Amino acid sequence: MTANRPLHLAAEIGGPPHYDAGHYLALARLAERGTLDFVTLGDSFARPGPDALAVLSRIAPATDRVGLVPTVTTTHTEPFHVSSAVATLDWVSRGRAGWNAEVSTTEAEARLFGRRSAAPAAALWQEAGETADVAARLWDSWEDDAEIRDTATGRFIDRDRLHYVDFEGSTFSVRGPAIVPRPPQGRPVTVIDGTGTPAREPAARHADVVHIRATTPEQAAAVRDDVRRRAAAHGRDPADLRFLAALTVDLGDAETTPEPGLESGPRFAGRDSYFRGGPVDLAELITRWHRSGAVDGFHLTPITPARDLERIVNGTVALLQHRSLFRTFYPGGTLREHLGLTRPASRYALARTAGEGA
Amino acid sequence: MHLAAHFPGVNNTTVWADARSESQIDFSSFEHLARTAERGKFDFFFLAEGLRLREHNGRIHDLDVVGRPESLTVLNALAAVTDRLGLAATVNATFNEPYELARRLATLDHLSDGRAAWNVVTSSDAFTGENFRRGGYLDRADRYTRAAEFVATARELWDSWTPDGESRPFAHHGRHFAVSGEFTVPRSPQGHPVVIQAGDSDEGREFAAGAADIIFTRHGTLEAGREFYADVKARLAKYGRRPADLKIMPGVTFVLGDTDEEAQENAAEIRHQQISPQNALLALEQVWGRDLSGYDPDGPLPASDPVPDSDLVQGRVRHGDPLAVAARWRAVSEAKGLSIRQTVIETTGRQSFIGSPRTVAAQLTAFTEAGAADGFILVPHLTPGGLDDFVDRVVPLLQESGTFRSEYTGSTLRSHLGQADPVWKG
Repeated sequence: MTANRPLHLAAEIGGPPHYDAGHYLALARLAERGTLDFVTLGDSFARPGPDALAVLSRIAPATDRVGLVPTVTTTHTEPFHVSSAVATLDWVSRGRAGWNAEVSTTEAEARLFGRRSAAPAAALWQEAGETADVAARLWDSWEDDAEIRDTATGRFIDRDRLHYVDFEGSTFSVRGPAIVPRPPQGRPVTVIDGTGTPAREPAARHADVVHIRATTPEQAAAVRDDVRRRAAAHGRDPADLRFLAALTVDLGDAETTPEPGLESGPRFAGRDSYFRGGPVDLAELITRWHRSGAVDGFHLTPITPARDLERIVNGTVALLQHRSLFRTFYPGGTLREHLGLTRPASRYALARTAGEGA
Repeated sequence: MHLAAHFPGVNNTTVWADARSESQIDFSSFEHLARTAERGKFDFFFLAEGLRLREHNGRIHDLDVVGRPESLTVLNALAAVTDRLGLAATVNATFNEPYELARRLATLDHLSDGRAAWNVVTSSDAFTGENFRRGGYLDRADRYTRAAEFVATARELWDSWTPDGESRPFAHHGRHFAVSGEFTVPRSPQGHPVVIQAGDSDEGREFAAGAADIIFTRHGTLEAGREFYADVKARLAKYGRRPADLKIMPGVTFVLGDTDEEAQENAAEIRHQQISPQNALLALEQVWGRDLSGYDPDGPLPASDPVPDSDLVQGRVRHGDPLAVAARWRAVSEAKGLSIRQTVIETTGRQSFIGSPRTVAAQLTAFTEAGAADGFILVPHLTPGGLDDFVDRVVPLLQESGTFRSEYTGSTLRSHLGQADPVWKG
């Protein structure tokens, strides 16, 4: 039984586009007040909106603890640039960066670049997985102590602690090493929505956090079990993955919210993973799903960010904290610490020291 | 006079062995230097770019300061801790695509309330290309035609939203790019982020005259600066531009002391730190194109001639004809009886302005008054405190004489530069 696993909560702060930092900063600070693990900011080349990674970089110095997870699409962006930008977000946020890997499937997006045609989701997700793979290798390509500043020999770095990644993907290759030294978290947190079949394999291989869209705990558990199985098959410890139920929430009719403790079912409306109800209903739902062990927590997308996030923090989170189901402060400083994930060692450092020991 | 600060992160002029040298990666270093520049009322803060670690003799070069965060991401973060300072990122036009980069630059301009600048650079080497899909090589002429079309395409994207906030479809079909659709970011506060061009070649000068707001040069002497200044400003008319539309700002170094004598001593000490024995041999190998690791840096130059077209050094721009450089270095060495290290120190010195604060302020003013520059991009040799003395001791003198602003009069980078926002071309 996994009922005692810590509850993790995250929230999307996107919505109708804004181009000023103040809007996003206010939401991120609100999430931070609720000690949420992280905020996400969705992105796509297909609809109006600012570059999400830029927005979260802009608000990083003005927040302290909350994790910052922009959507970064992999279809039209160079993997080397993806790796550098996410690592840099980790540097400027002092260890609070993640990225939500996504693909661009439409011909309209392809025409914005004019380099390649639209491709099936399966091929794009395979490429996204390769991008996540090479990004992690690039983050590892500087060992943590590569900068030596050895005045006796005049060497600033120890080149034996820098590594070519020599990655050959199906659509790209990268020589390496990274330009950005190993980021504070070692590897920023990789998030993938593993609900769809094409994304499930890259999620199992590369994600630290897997989002699942489902309407029942049983549905969520089935996806989780499949991803865990696949992760194990790739030699990963399934306990190193966090599964969050992805839920779009509309807390607009708070006046119909039943009294705390009153049994009231959440009302899923329309398509999957859309919740409509009051903050207390939401707390009940979160509690029940978490107790069932189906997921480690929730990624909530407020339908009206300014209104609903306020209700999530002051209503739902406050109640979960009151019930001792959710923490009231951040015990650590990095996103990995919030998620209970260890800081990975560089694979190249491990290989090198293993070689030295042999 | 216009002033900008270059973050002295990665190069062989950065003195990392100094006890005051701190991280060139931690955000706190960027924050310190940017806040210092803003305290000095500087026009902008400038970041260079690296896309592949240098190699020497087939191995990663280990003597220079290397490792840096990605520029646009750092500048977005700096927008949170500064209010007025322009924020300039060097981003390669060879290994990026117009739609994505135009979007990232417009986003920075929005998030900084109109302080974004883009230093357009190009790359011709397949060595760097090994990190990218593009992979291979663009010859020199194609680099600039691609860069020019890249900038033009970005401007079309920035103009695809009307000033009233209405999005219109765009379509660009040129030699290097065929892109169409809708841009996701409305017209940004400056209309277009400020465009900077670095490079002294004929193609670079022409490109800057047609498309840039600032040109970043390396002409450190008054005479060379005047020649360059006159040449570039003269090219503007054929593009329907006025001299003030393109600011010429050389990248310069400086060394201060309480007196001119002390500054000279400090300069010599810094040169000594910059050119370690290992770095002296490296500089020699760059010219000679051969492994000279067996040579004594305190001994004489090699008797043999350089190997032309050597690929010993990768990722570093090579200047000039190696045989001519070697001949010049030999002449200096023989005339003054200098060792390898002393010769390198003597011939590669790049300290532009040395003296007391009053002397340096006078030198800078003389430069701008003589028509050799509109201002300077200062490259300190220390991270992150290398600008402190300049802002505390030189800037007040420039302000007293009325040469440099005492307060920002506007909030956007274009307002600092005294340049109007580009006219919308719908």
